[in-house]
Amino acid sequence: MSKYTEDDLREELKTKEYEYGFYTDIESETFPNGLNEDIVKAISKKKEEPEWMTEWRLEAFRIWKDMEEPEWANVNYEKPDFQGISYYSAPNSKPKYDSIDEVDPELLATFDKLGISLDEQKKLAGVAMDVVVDSVSVATTFKETLAEQGIIFMSISEAIKEHPELVKKYIGTVVPQKDNFYAALNSAVFSDGSFCYIPKGVRCPMELSTYFRINQAGTGQFERTLVIADEGSYVSYLEGCTAPSRDENQLHAAVVELIALDDSEIKYSTVQNWFPGNAEGKGGVFNFVTKRGLCETNAKISWTQVETGSAVTWKYPSCVLKGNNSVGEFYSIAVTNNYQQADTGTKMIHLGKNTKSTIISKGISAGKSQNSYRGLVQINSRAENARNFSQCDSLLMGNECGAHTFPYIEAKNQTAQIEHEATTSKIGEDQIFYCNQRGIDTEKAIALIVNGFSKEVLNKLPMEFAVEAQKLLEISLEGSVG
Amino acid sequence: MLKIENLHAGVEDKSILKGINLEVKPGEVHAIMGPNGSGKSTLSSVIAGKEEYEVSEGNIVFEGEDIEELAAEERAHKGIFLSFQYPVEIPGVSVTNFVKTAINETRKAKGLEDMPAKDMLKLIREKSDLLEIDRKFLSRSLNEGFSGGEKKRNEIFQMAMLEPKLAILDETDSGLDIDALRIVANGVNKLKSKDNAVIVITHYQRLLDYIVPDFVHVLHNGKIVKSGTKELAHELEEKGYDWIKDEVNV
Ligand SMILES: Nc1ncnc2c1ncn2[C@@H]1O[C@H](COP(=O)(O)OP(=O)(O)OP(=O)(O)O)[C@@H](O)[C@H]1O
Ligand SMILES: [Mg+2]
Repeated sequence: MSKYTEDDLREELKTKEYEYGFYTDIESETFPNGLNEDIVKAISKKKEEPEWMTEWRLEAFRIWKDMEEPEWANVNYEKPDFQGISYYSAPNSKPKYDSIDEVDPELLATFDKLGISLDEQKKLAGVAMDVVVDSVSVATTFKETLAEQGIIFMSISEAIKEHPELVKKYIGTVVPQKDNFYAALNSAVFSDGSFCYIPKGVRCPMELSTYFRINQAGTGQFERTLVIADEGSYVSYLEGCTAPSRDENQLHAAVVELIALDDSEIKYSTVQNWFPGNAEGKGGVFNFVTKRGLCETNAKISWTQVETGSAVTWKYPSCVLKGNNSVGEFYSIAVTNNYQQADTGTKMIHLGKNTKSTIISKGISAGKSQNSYRGLVQINSRAENARNFSQCDSLLMGNECGAHTFPYIEAKNQTAQIEHEATTSKIGEDQIFYCNQRGIDTEKAIALIVNGFSKEVLNKLPMEFAVEAQKLLEISLEGSVG
Repeated sequence: MLKIENLHAGVEDKSILKGINLEVKPGEVHAIMGPNGSGKSTLSSVIAGKEEYEVSEGNIVFEGEDIEELAAEERAHKGIFLSFQYPVEIPGVSVTNFVKTAINETRKAKGLEDMPAKDMLKLIREKSDLLEIDRKFLSRSLNEGFSGGEKKRNEIFQMAMLEPKLAILDETDSGLDIDALRIVANGVNKLKSKDNAVIVITHYQRLLDYIVPDFVHVLHNGKIVKSGTKELAHELEEKGYDWIKDEVNV
């Protein structure tokens, strides 16, 4: 492949046009397709990164080059052509519409169903906003509140420049570059993402990113997030958006690293609603995510996720329970419909003494979809008195979908207590008729039953997120029963 | 209010109801009795619109309208209520949430706004007091782990909340202890008015001492083979069904 100079790149960019689905019609700067060391360097340069960061990316690239895409997940898809993708695109957001009347009514109807406010709708659809209600000013106010407590919350690109010592110290410590194929790729080319640091003993006064999530839409296909909770601190972090996200990028490979130092707690909640493809299974997003948290002594990490989108999802938020008495939790709802395929689960690695983990997984499959839970509970030889409780429930709708459970347990310490429960149920015609008889139509009945089934997990979400997530479940399953 | 004429219904190749005629007027209480498997629950399901059953002949007219083409929820919106013989469990959905959804969906169908939370709360208080239901009970998952009697009482609580025009109580008495039977029957009586009607399906005279029927019908082999007044129920209690079967066979 011939080398591109900056000038060549610029030339190429002029001719490229982007269509960002629901989002702003991006006038973006785009790199040519393909990946090599020069592209990695160019990305780093574009972002004005220090040399150590460039080197770190290159190291990741060299590792990635020799790796093979994993085959073992219970999903089938056409492998992306990694040389056919452009690895850099800087969104240059400019409003797409002057008024909300110009926006696709179908999209607005979906927003309404989700209960998204008009202001938020405008932002999401890319409608020009009044200065007063513009999210930027809101964001600034909250940033100031956070800054007073010493909380750092900014994009990872900014953090690399402004807090290099923190980024350098922690990036790749939980998810090393060589961890897996997608993590290596992400490490080489990550576009942007969030960075968050909570100082010692500070309780973050708000759900982080509640007020920012809109702005974070479109951070790109290789998102990188790093959250550090210093000793004795607490933070609740929300990621994602219930609004439908369309993206022309088929491949998404994010990395999230959480570091919970002694006596700290991180709650990380995700609602993922990427475009799942149409009813025939065409065109959805491939979502290959590596999420992992490290718990030091007495620390606690909870992952809560609601996954309704993507054509193919491959995702295992995990906890490394390194410190004694540390706690890991995983609460998950994964919905698949039509031709979606999801292979999700968690890994709980017990290294410290008296470590405890809880796994609650709720899989809901409809249409012709396949929904797999894959979980590993590993008890190290030195992890005295480790305890795990796992519960995996599957709910099936119709006869053409599948639910699969793959629990792996490796216990190398005899004092371990491990409990695993699994159930599979079907939405019964009798349940539906019972609801119908009370005036509840079938669509609503299914939503009710599904929400009931998912309740233990929905309860773990921050209040406002939970309401949206519930509606999202409803919408995701619309039309799934004839 | 309800007029059923020559109703034939069944599943695939099996006919279960074989020509039912029944007329229920506002303010009336009808009791339907009959041996196991005679088609009582099937009749209630068919009236309520369960799609599993195919109506091959005859019609069901509710308030002057043929409801044959209406979906179950549309019939419910029109005021038909069925207290199930075997209420279904819905894990994770509280009684309160379920009833609230049912009320608001019915209101929506009528073009009304959701019931304000304040009114909903008041209604729940009033009706749970009427049926002597512990408020804590209402936060439990619908029918999950309920005792037989609790399930039935919960059915009547829902009926009280929804205030239907026509209530069909399919063996609501079975599973209720003596005190509960009295409470539930009292509840039903308090909700009775000259504008609504009740069809009580039961095997036992006992319930009919509380909810006194205007008519008693005996269903046998998919047909109403005998109708009478409340005395007929006493007679059945005493003599069983054989004499009726004999009558039919003659
Ligand atoms: N879905 C179905 N498929 C096959 N047979 C059915 C179905 N529903 C009802 N039946 C049959 O129809 C007959 C009438 O059943 P139904 O439940 O209406 O009786 P019932 O009078 O309510 O009896 P019980 O007093 O025991 O409640 C029975 O023989 C039953 O097995
Ligand atoms: Mg019956």
